[in-house]
Amino acid sequence: MLSRTAANLFWMARYLERSETTARLLDLGFRNALLPNTGGGFRNEWSAILQSKGVVQNFTDKYGELKQRNVESFLFFDQDNPSSVASCITAARENARIVRTALTTQVWDAINTSYQELKELMRRERSSLEVPELTDWTLRTAALIRGAIEATQLRNDGYRFMNLGYAVERADNTARLLDVKYYVLLPSVAYVGSGLDSYQWTTLLRALSAHRAYNWAYGGELSAAQIAHFLILNQKFPRSLLSCCLEANAHLDQLARMYDRSTPAQEAARALLAELAEAKIEDVFDEGMHEFLSRMIAQNARLGQCIHDQYLTGEAR
Amino acid sequence: MAETYFNEMYDANGLRAPYRGLEGWYQDMPTEFRAFKQAEAEELFRRFGITFAVYGEGGDPDRLIPFDMFPRVFAADEWRRLERGIKQRARALNAFLSDVYDRGEIIRAGRIPADLVYRNEAYEIAVSGFRPPLGIYSHIVGIDLVRTGADQFYVLEDNCRTPSGVSYMLENREVMMRMFPHLFQENRVAPVDNYARLLKRTMASVAPAKCDRDPNIVILTPGHFNSAYYEHSFLADLMGVELVEGQDLFVEGDFCWMRTTEGPKKVDVIYRRIDDAFLDPLCFRPDSALGVPGLMNVYRSGGVTICSAPGAGVADDKAIYTFVPEMVRFYLGEAPILENVPTWQCARPDELKYVQENLSDLVVKEVHGSGGYGMLVGPKADKATIETFAAKLAENPSNYIAQPTLALSTCPTFVEEGIAPRHVDLRPYCLVGRDVELVPGGLTRVALTEGSLVVNSSQGGGVKDTWVIAEE
Amino acid sequence: MILTVLHKTRYDFATPVGGIIQSLRLTPARCEGQKVLDWRVEVPGAVMGELFRDGAGDYIQTASLRSVTDHVEVTVSGTIETQDTAGVLRGHRERVPPRAYLRHTPRTAPNRAIRELCEAALADLAGAGDLDRAHALASAVHKALPYTPGATHAHTTAAEAMNEGAGVCQDHAQVLIACAHLAGLPARYVSGYLNATEDGSPHEASHAWAEIFIGGLGWVGFDASNETCPNEHYIRLGSGVDAQDAAPIRGLVLGGAEETLDVTVVIEAQQQ
Repeated sequence: MLSRTAANLFWMARYLERSETTARLLDLGFRNALLPNTGGGFRNEWSAILQSKGVVQNFTDKYGELKQRNVESFLFFDQDNPSSVASCITAARENARIVRTALTTQVWDAINTSYQELKELMRRERSSLEVPELTDWTLRTAALIRGAIEATQLRNDGYRFMNLGYAVERADNTARLLDVKYYVLLPSVAYVGSGLDSYQWTTLLRALSAHRAYNWAYGGELSAAQIAHFLILNQKFPRSLLSCCLEANAHLDQLARMYDRSTPAQEAARALLAELAEAKIEDVFDEGMHEFLSRMIAQNARLGQCIHDQYLTGEAR
Repeated sequence: MAETYFNEMYDANGLRAPYRGLEGWYQDMPTEFRAFKQAEAEELFRRFGITFAVYGEGGDPDRLIPFDMFPRVFAADEWRRLERGIKQRARALNAFLSDVYDRGEIIRAGRIPADLVYRNEAYEIAVSGFRPPLGIYSHIVGIDLVRTGADQFYVLEDNCRTPSGVSYMLENREVMMRMFPHLFQENRVAPVDNYARLLKRTMASVAPAKCDRDPNIVILTPGHFNSAYYEHSFLADLMGVELVEGQDLFVEGDFCWMRTTEGPKKVDVIYRRIDDAFLDPLCFRPDSALGVPGLMNVYRSGGVTICSAPGAGVADDKAIYTFVPEMVRFYLGEAPILENVPTWQCARPDELKYVQENLSDLVVKEVHGSGGYGMLVGPKADKATIETFAAKLAENPSNYIAQPTLALSTCPTFVEEGIAPRHVDLRPYCLVGRDVELVPGGLTRVALTEGSLVVNSSQGGGVKDTWVIAEE
Repeated sequence: MILTVLHKTRYDFATPVGGIIQSLRLTPARCEGQKVLDWRVEVPGAVMGELFRDGAGDYIQTASLRSVTDHVEVTVSGTIETQDTAGVLRGHRERVPPRAYLRHTPRTAPNRAIRELCEAALADLAGAGDLDRAHALASAVHKALPYTPGATHAHTTAAEAMNEGAGVCQDHAQVLIACAHLAGLPARYVSGYLNATEDGSPHEASHAWAEIFIGGLGWVGFDASNETCPNEHYIRLGSGVDAQDAAPIRGLVLGGAEETLDVTVVIEAQQQ
């Protein structure tokens, strides 16, 4: 298929996944803010969230002071924020529109409808919109589109590129969410194991729609090691780094078979998988959670770059 | 005046034969049913996504061209003559192009003034002396025809570059067959749906000599912001070929390549829907981002075929138009089957004088204009409009030609009050490759405003399905 | 005369670029008075297309590079034997009708100053032959635009150069083309090399001049910069309707970065 078509499908999926993550972050911030003030009246949840998205500068340039209402607008509606829900859905819809003939009617309808609904939301009085409504809508929309893709798209190369987009973006997002919690959120190391710590862990699990799944899998006791294991190494959890990596490997293998050609992208994905499959959670803590996550984010980005170079430029022979 | 127009359904002797199968249909149609059907048609067009944007008008970018459900019908024998005439003209235009980019025999023979050809903006020096595969320049010739009597057809203009609108020919038929299947059981309407297959075959037949396998054909579009993008993607889909933008192609070595997920894939034939000027920034406009840098070098060294060939526009210029019957005689040694509309070249002082004295009776057009813009319809214009136009004409006479106001035939059309005659024209699409092909049909454009003679979609025109009754 | 040419064009980029594509017109025309003994056009790292000849008789070649880290260099090296044909282009196979060269482009469009220059030059030449008229035009352009490097730039049009009242060979050629068109003579732009001016003084070795079509003779070169017709010191590469169209290198950088250009041309006459 045309590289541009594949690129549009890949990025459509990435933007869709990203919109979902932004909504989850918004939810995370919203729930954290419901907590009574932390030590010394210091409140940095929102700044942590902006930091995880790398958009602190964008925000302060535009709004100045960190006010909850502004952060909410910034994360959901602001078209100047490239990772706002509105920006991501608009970009996903634009990518989809260009390759409309590569999508089934159901998928196009789902994406186009979400875009129309978004415009509807944007027209509504801001004060009538609460965060839970916005995040619920986003998660529902994302599920609807993903469902339409799974149920109706031909299992051709286009399908593989969409799923690669989802997998690469999701791995990046999970790693970043975890990193926010672990590295940025707690005011100081002294708080590890405190009530605040465990409240934040629960919130993180909730934001990932994973707290019940976690309870089932680990028997309900919250521990940093177990939650980290769950989000990084648990094959059963669809957002874990390992799951995302398995996904990426599976779709890349399908492409290699379909094209009868293996590329450095398959090698990069296999290397990442080899590491994750062997890893023990103790090793992760030994290395340092932040260091480990930073490395994973970088390796995942390299995989994305590799997919781009090998398939999306149309120049690799 | 009205009674002097030829009515294609009813003449002095009553109902004309090709329309026999439609008389009961519309007369028995209840008003509510008609409104319901009209809404259904619109819904179908919306669903297909057939929209078009009008340049420079702003407004709704997803506008529908009004579709009139009343078909326009040709009898088999009427069509036979048209077909011969259209194919003859398409062959002559290609012979002309192939000649003026080669030895220019028609100019040496003194049958066409050299300056009209060689000083024409559309004459491309860059391809002079280069012979494209099979010597064909215009692979899709759209010939705009009007009818003024039972046997009287005139060619209004030729379109040798990239005539648009063929998607309407196909979709109008599709919509009619879905909505009124019984009409197609009762009338033996010749099918048009093999157009895409013939188009692909035409393109394959002009693959470069260097291509030694099944040619890879692509359609090159300026992109999804273009007003005809729907047509581009529609044709690509029907032909089963990739729809590409300039950024999807690149030149390396002696070939043009397409960027695919499996690596570069060689492209053999490009059906381009972008103008010459934008094709290649290394040959034409250096600021063009729509084209493919280096493409003209590949083309001129025989690595790829471009349809229509760069430079084909010199044949459809309104100043050259006057000479097309001459081309038919010169190259084919035949008498022209289709007539030209008598045309005054304002570039010639004596003809300009006549035009200036008779502005209120004439239609005056820009030589390089299209889409019905910048033209004056004398009999429909008020005094002030004519005066303004006269000033423009005096300033740059060679930019204009003039023609008599033609009594365009009418075809029954659904209007608010029921059925009324409205003026129509016709654009058939002739394919020129190893064979010359014409599907039985075309795009009928209709001026929906009462009395209007302007059928352009940008100015209140609509479209109709065009039927050719199959031979017994 | 035997001339050796070494022409290097180097583009340096501040940051890596996604690719470069060039249309090269760097091979001498095949015509009387030019016999190529040895000629090479090299672009290290590039995929080169085959050399082909267009309708105007020029040799053209495409060079593409996928990605470039910091620079690319086009090197032309060769030896050619030349003879004086008094500027007349003979034995040159071309298929473009001369009358196609009567159209002006934005770069060769006349303005009032050019019209006046043309009228003044031809004022006393009523009834004269086209050759005399062409010479008169070339002299007039020579006088009107003193050779002044830096007064104009690569995109200067004929009209702008006239307003400036100065120029280099490119401006002389374009103004002369505009004048010739006004006089009803087909004219075009030629790019090439020049070994030495008549008096042997130093000069710019990359050169350009105009060709004017004279009935009975064909295309004749006129170098308004040096008020002469091309002789054995000239090497003709290719032609076009204006400077941009006839450029020896027309290129495009993909994913454009800041570039700096460095050109050196060395032409020497071999001792015989």
